Amino acid sequence: MVKGTRFVEIRDAGDPVTLAKRYSDEGADELVFLDITASDERRKTIRELVRGVASVIDIPFTVGGGVSTMEDARNILLSGADKVGINTGAINNPPIITEMMGLFGRQCIVVAIDAKRNYDTPADRGPNGGGDGAGGGGGGGDDGSPVMLEEEGSGRRFWFEVHTYGGKKGTGVDAIRWARRAQRLGAGEILLTSMDRDGTKDGYDHVLTKRVVDAVSIPVIASGGCGHPGDMAHVFEATGVDAALAASIFHYQEYGVSGVKRLLRDRGIPVRL
Amino acid sequence: MTRVAIFDYGAGNIFSLKNSLEREGATADVICDFAARPGGDGGRRRDGGNGSNGNGGAVADAARRYDGLLLPGVGNFDPAMKAVTRDSESGFSDYVGHGMPVLGICLGMEMFFARSQEGSEPGLGVMSGEVAALPDTMKVPHMGWNSLQIRRRGRLLEGVEDGAWVYFVHSYMARLPPAPPPPGGADGDVVTAESSYNDVVIPAAVEYRNYLGTQFHPEKSGPVGRQMIQNFLGVCRR
Repeated sequence: MVKGTRFVEIRDAGDPVTLAKRYSDEGADELVFLDITASDERRKTIRELVRGVASVIDIPFTVGGGVSTMEDARNILLSGADKVGINTGAINNPPIITEMMGLFGRQCIVVAIDAKRNYDTPADRGPNGGGDGAGGGGGGGDDGSPVMLEEEGSGRRFWFEVHTYGGKKGTGVDAIRWARRAQRLGAGEILLTSMDRDGTKDGYDHVLTKRVVDAVSIPVIASGGCGHPGDMAHVFEATGVDAALAASIFHYQEYGVSGVKRLLRDRGIPVRL
Repeated sequence: MTRVAIFDYGAGNIFSLKNSLEREGATADVICDFAARPGGDGGRRRDGGNGSNGNGGAVADAARRYDGLLLPGVGNFDPAMKAVTRDSESGFSDYVGHGMPVLGICLGMEMFFARSQEGSEPGLGVMSGEVAALPDTMKVPHMGWNSLQIRRRGRLLEGVEDGAWVYFVHSYMARLPPAPPPPGGADGDVVTAESSYNDVVIPAAVEYRNYLGTQFHPEKSGPVGRQMIQNFLGVCRR
């Protein structure tokens, strides 16, 4: 079983190197570092940080944020990260996924998708139209139109729209179609964040997660909304997702990593303890 | 001080590996040439040396400075094999000829076999069998934590519990002959641990004479991996 891999995202909650070491020692299965700041010194800062973290942990380590060129990816990987996360850079320039896969290998490329429910009927097609072309298969029109869904309870119709620039910009691109396309272009994993749930502690977005899990054959990491260890168990059970990421419940020491993993094991989810 | 050479095929990141050895007190030099000397330039001389053949003496001389060799797990089969055989056909065997412990990780372990579906170059052929692509009926690469079923406790697995979890990232797997012929008169069964991925049983760790291999990445496998790194360094010191 591969299922049960779990992640801790470290972001703005203390010294990253100290935190990373603590999580690695406590039994986190993987670390994801998303640098959301941008500055002139960024590249150098990232290199030092990645090096510092990679030196104290012995679990897989993904670094993303602001990656838009091959040089950005190389900078991160040569500093000791195992995988590079790309989000806005991939939407703006999808072929870079293929280029990165060719040079670094599929297993290194994590395409991060920030998705938000959009209740507006899309005007024929969004600005980027999903760009899926023929062969999209299942869900959504062949013209790249979004996959329309019905909301639980309210019955309102919506679709999942990809957002970029840290969630600030809607792209008109359908998240489910984009996940499928990213896989075709060479993504090794999808890091899927629900913007609707992020920070709410209401649990993961099972609809979004399940849709993307079913649409691709590469591992998917669910992110956004984890407020309680039970939320992790839920998302594994309800969607068959490969991994779940949580940040705040670990950062503020509400629950220890090992405590969460014991709960998962007791629920019958195979995890490393 | 245990001194280990990490062979760099030029494919990328071996930071974690070097780091994991140094954390256990070893010295790890990155080399890309079997004639490289400790503390030297890592052998980045390419054609500036004494030609492509006949440097067996220099190789054996360089090898004496190390207690062990590590073949890392990043890259593709053909370029990696070409890098290993760049100087001479016998470079690798000259280097490890006196029984130097070799740890092959992932691709490094795959290179122990005769050939791989990933490429057309011959492998090192120190173990019987070949390397095949994982069936496309499953998620490939096999990426993530998985548990080990220990078949026999080799030196690398000392102190490792049956069912321990380790981290895999691979698209190819070793396929051993159904009834392994005894290579060089040994008992023939090189597999020390297996792992199940969907319905496929993957040889996860192998051991034969001075060759130790893991399909998974010990340097990414937490305390269990650390134990194996320590075990390898223990073998190097013997």
